[in-house]
This record gives sequence, C-alpha cells and structure tokens, in this order.
Amino acid sequence: MNTPFFKYGLFGDDVSLVIAFVIGIGFGFFLERAGFGNGRKLAAQFYFNDLTVFKVMFTAIITAMVGIYYLSVIGWMDLSLVYLNPTYIVPQTIGGLLLGFGFVIGGYCPGTSCVSAVTGKIDGMVYLLGIVVGIFIFGEIFPLVSNFYNSTPMGQITLSQLFNIPYGILVFAVVMMAIGGFAAAEWAEKKLGNKIVEP
Amino acid sequence: MSSTSNEVQHGPKPYWNPYLSGMGLGLVLLLSYVIMGRGLGASGAFSSLVATGVSAIAPEHAKANEFYNEYLADTTKSPLKDWLVFEVLGVLAGGFISGALAGRIKKTVEKGPHISVSGRLLYAFVGGAIMGIGAKLARGCTSGQALTGGAVLNVGSWAFILAVFGGAYMFAYFFRRQWR
Repeated sequence: MNTPFFKYGLFGDDVSLVIAFVIGIGFGFFLERAGFGNGRKLAAQFYFNDLTVFKVMFTAIITAMVGIYYLSVIGWMDLSLVYLNPTYIVPQTIGGLLLGFGFVIGGYCPGTSCVSAVTGKIDGMVYLLGIVVGIFIFGEIFPLVSNFYNSTPMGQITLSQLFNIPYGILVFAVVMMAIGGFAAAEWAEKKLGNKIVEP
Repeated sequence: MSSTSNEVQHGPKPYWNPYLSGMGLGLVLLLSYVIMGRGLGASGAFSSLVATGVSAIAPEHAKANEFYNEYLADTTKSPLKDWLVFEVLGVLAGGFISGALAGRIKKTVEKGPHISVSGRLLYAFVGGAIMGIGAKLARGCTSGQALTGGAVLNVGSWAFILAVFGGAYMFAYFFRRQWR
C-alpha cells in the first residue's frame, strides 16, 4: 500500500475536488464541535480563561504528526511526496505576528470565521468580508512588498533537518511538550479560569 | 440541578471535549495527507476568490500583478475550480451540519458586555483585514501553516505558530474591553 494516493495517480483532478469537499466537511464539523464558531470562546484563549484553542490545536497537530510518522516508518507513506510549504523565516514570523494581532481584534481566523458565519454569527460574516478586503489590499501592495515576501528563503525544510535531530526523537519530544502543555493549561484554567464560554 | 437539566435539553448542546474534537481534527488532517499528500487550508480559497474578482473587473491589472497571476496562471480552468475552494465549501457545510445537530444555529453577534454591536462589527472587519494581510505574508493561516505544517514539523510553520500566539498575547491586553 502506497500513500499519498493522489500522487500515485489513483484518481484525477475532478475526483480530488469531491474529496476536498468531503474532507472540508470533516474539518468544519470538528471546528464547530470544538466551539470554534464562537469568537468569544476563541478570544478567551488570550485572557487565560479558556485554553480550548491551545488544547484543540496541539491535540490535532500531535495526532496527525504521530500518524504521519508511523505511516512513513512502516513504509505506507512516502514523505518525499508530501507537500512542504517552503520556509521564508522573517516574512512568515512577521505574518504570524499580524495574524495574532488580527485574531485578538477580530476574534477569528479564516477557517473558524467560516464556521462562525455559517452558524449565524454576524461578526463572523463581517470578519469574512474583512479577510477578502485584506487579501485585496495585500494583492494591490504586492509589487511593493514582494522583495520582503521573498526574503530569507530556507527552502523546504523540517525542524528535524534544521536541528539535525532524528525524526522519531523529535516527534516524541513534541508529544511530551504537548502533554506538559496540556497539564499546564488544565492547571491555569483551574487557577485563573472558571469563565468557560457557553455555546 | 433538576431544574436546569430540563433547560439544557432545550438549549444548545455543550461543546465537545477539546481533546476529543482535537483528535477528530487531527484525523481529518491525517486523512488529507494520506489521500492527497497535502493538508488543510482556508486563506488560499479567499485568494482564489479575490484574484477571480480582480480579474473579472480589471483583467490587465490582474495579469500584471504577480500575486493575482499565481491564481490565474492556469488559463485552462477557472481559479475557483481549486482544491482549497472546494475544501472551504466543505468547511461551510460541515460547520452548518455540526451547528444544526447541536442546536447552535442562531443569528447573533459574539461580543463582550462592554462593547456595542457596531463597535464589535468594526473590530471584526478590521481584524479580518489584518488577518488577511498577515496570512498572505506568512503563506498560510492557522489551517494551512499552523495545523498542516505543524504536523509535518515544517520550520516556517513552527516559527509561525510561536509568532501567532506571541502576537496575540502581546496585544490581548489592549483589546480586553471587546471581550470581557
């Protein structure tokens, strides 16, 4: 058995769009289940009242990370065929800071605002409009920022390659850090929280 | 508690345990990698939408711009016939299904008690615009960079995750009135 299936030509582009829609349904379903359609719950993360965002995100990351690791170890997944977003360290860090800023002001990120809008939240709908305008602004100023956008390229590189740590050991370390983080999050919520946002 | 249990049955259902919903998200992400060799995303779909819109209104202007042109380069198909666009349509459907099943579809504005509705909507718009700019500069958002790249231990994605949390905690104090 060889995965990723698409890269081995098991189906074409049109079928991939159907798969995209079905995977999207799963994505949207669990985002909504977690409470991520609610801007108050998302923002509560940044006031230490409700650390759901941290817990959900890192549980998702380590679940997928461990799955990918084991599939590659047993030879069921060819990691060289898995897409790795190239790293441009400075623009990506500045972009991340802007995202955090936008998150605190607006209460959502692009994916969660979709779930928010579709469950009737007006603020989620307005936020979506804001994203479209923001991307338009970025597109219009792109000629001015393209040098910065393409600066500090590091290519397609993983933490394992960067720090020269074996893949398996790094996976184990990230899982351990996440579990430590979960314990800290539970402790912080008990200590500082008690304002868990209702649906 | 007996008086409130009746109320709970009629109101929206509580959210799922965060570790359980996180595991669900992680398995969807893993499935995407297994089937497609790529992860999830959201902001890319909006870029396709914007590029399509600009191209419809000012085709020459769009073609001359490197950013829009990346989405318009393949002239054999519409930029909206794209993997991320269909995935985001799925997100809209999945979010609605989950919300409907839990009784959480409601026309409302999520905000703290100390801000007006119009104030909150203004913040939502401005926050969305800043997020749009940031996501393009970072080549992805919480879905495409943080979750997707995080799971394959991508260097840029982990720098991005730290920056998002760092940026949010840095600015949270100044915007507390909106939420608390």
